[in-house]
Amino acid sequence: MPVYSDKVMEHFMNPRNVGEIENPDGIGEVGNPVCGDMMTFYIKVDDNQLSDVKFKTFGCGAAIAVSSIVSEMAMGKTLEKARKITPALVAQELEGLPKNKYHCSNLGAQALNKAIDDYLKKPGKKVKSKKRRKDEKE
Amino acid sequence: MRKVYLDHAATTPILPEVLEAILPYFKDAYGNPQSLHGWGDDAREAIEDARGRVADLIGAQPEEIIFTSSGTESNNLAIKGLAMAQQSKGKHIVISAIEHFSVLHSARTLEKWGFELTLVPVDRCGLVDREDVAKNIREDTILVSVMHANGEVGTIQPIREIARLAKEAGAIFHTDAVATTGTIPVNVKELTVDALSLAGNQLYGPKGIGALWVKKGVRIIPFLDGGVQEGGRRAGTENVPAIVGLGKAAELAKEEMESRMEHLSALRNRLIGGLLSRNEHVTLTGHPTQRLPGNASFCIEFIEGEATLMLLSSKGVAASSGSACTSRALKASHVLTAMGIPPEIAQGSLLFSLGLENTEEDVDYVLEAMPPIVDKLRQMSPLYAKFLKGERGGR
Ligand code: FES
Repeated sequence: MPVYSDKVMEHFMNPRNVGEIENPDGIGEVGNPVCGDMMTFYIKVDDNQLSDVKFKTFGCGAAIAVSSIVSEMAMGKTLEKARKITPALVAQELEGLPKNKYHCSNLGAQALNKAIDDYLKKPGKKVKSKKRRKDEKE
Repeated sequence: MRKVYLDHAATTPILPEVLEAILPYFKDAYGNPQSLHGWGDDAREAIEDARGRVADLIGAQPEEIIFTSSGTESNNLAIKGLAMAQQSKGKHIVISAIEHFSVLHSARTLEKWGFELTLVPVDRCGLVDREDVAKNIREDTILVSVMHANGEVGTIQPIREIARLAKEAGAIFHTDAVATTGTIPVNVKELTVDALSLAGNQLYGPKGIGALWVKKGVRIIPFLDGGVQEGGRRAGTENVPAIVGLGKAAELAKEEMESRMEHLSALRNRLIGGLLSRNEHVTLTGHPTQRLPGNASFCIEFIEGEATLMLLSSKGVAASSGSACTSRALKASHVLTAMGIPPEIAQGSLLFSLGLENTEEDVDYVLEAMPPIVDKLRQMSPLYAKFLKGERGGR
């Protein structure tokens, strides 16, 4: 087993925001099970802000911790700020990752970005942003 | 918290009797076996005594045993050394696709040196098909190597029959018996092999010691040149304490073989039965009956091995996995791949390898610990969610 930081272990043992969002505003699925990694992010957007972020991950301990911390980092951020979450920032926030696990930190940012892309592609997204959602807070 | 070590395929603990036998050779009996004085005599007697015990365990002659530093060195010496010694007769080698990397990579090195290599496949249970071996042996085949049993999935090969095919074709037959020596009966005459590898840390002996048995009359080229140790076939001052430890471990293994096998297979059956009945979408890997007594290996669908190991470890349980994420190269175990297990299923690989010190309580503890772990990871798994939505058929 790789040597993980306390922060990685903590997020792995108690991952935040696991799950799916019903009727999400965006979904981002990256990786595929063949290479071992698969991450799906679900987002809710209100007034250009991420009001809810959830994820599901099939992968190693690092991949799970990455998903958890990315969901936490993104929560409540504007879309522009959320897009600035880079793999390097994720690794830093997790107090470091073993070298051969860097690729797992890429997945998190990718999946989140893809979910945002998915949201922006949708027609009529502006209408949604005015509505209050009951599942927006975590 | 209870601690349960179920990773004996990686290494076994050292038995107290073995440790006790070793200690004097770290302290007072420090002589070099090649020296011509009392200190040397004591050390020499000790290693010759150990050689006798190792030979006895596998039904061989003491002078046919070459002590090495590990199972890996034994396999390297066997594959490269036997092939090099035979190369005037031909340059073709046949091995199975599930060999340990020390055999596989040695054979790959020979390829670079101008030899030709054929890998014979295995079936879904990890068994080598005799027909496949027969088909692939050629006029110029000089060496065939198939492991006695695979430690990852537990499958035991019909070595005697495969060896016969090699012999009929005039090729040398080697078997990697690292996973079996001391665990199930291993007798070089019954197996009718020409060379056999074994390792100390798989039979409750120390690490850093192995042996290669080469049948009298079979030529081998050494690759450690130097002094006359090991009949000139493996130079270097002997690792006396480790050799003594291997000798003691071999003696105990022979004495206790029956009871060890009984103990281990009872625990294994309890673990396999319990795990399969208490968790859905779990398959046993390896052969259902032709398997090592202590081997309980599975694929748990929709979850990944490293995450499973981490949660097990948080419960004090040590196991292993052949998943891509657990390997440094991020590749699924070549054994599981060769058995035709799809990559996403191999990701859920989980191996419990039982040992002498394990108890029924240990097994029950693991059986209790597993369902919540599987459940927790599946709740997180997008693959499982898809499965539940019917996007992927179950098996
Ligand atoms: S998900 Fe495979 S190494 Fe991280």
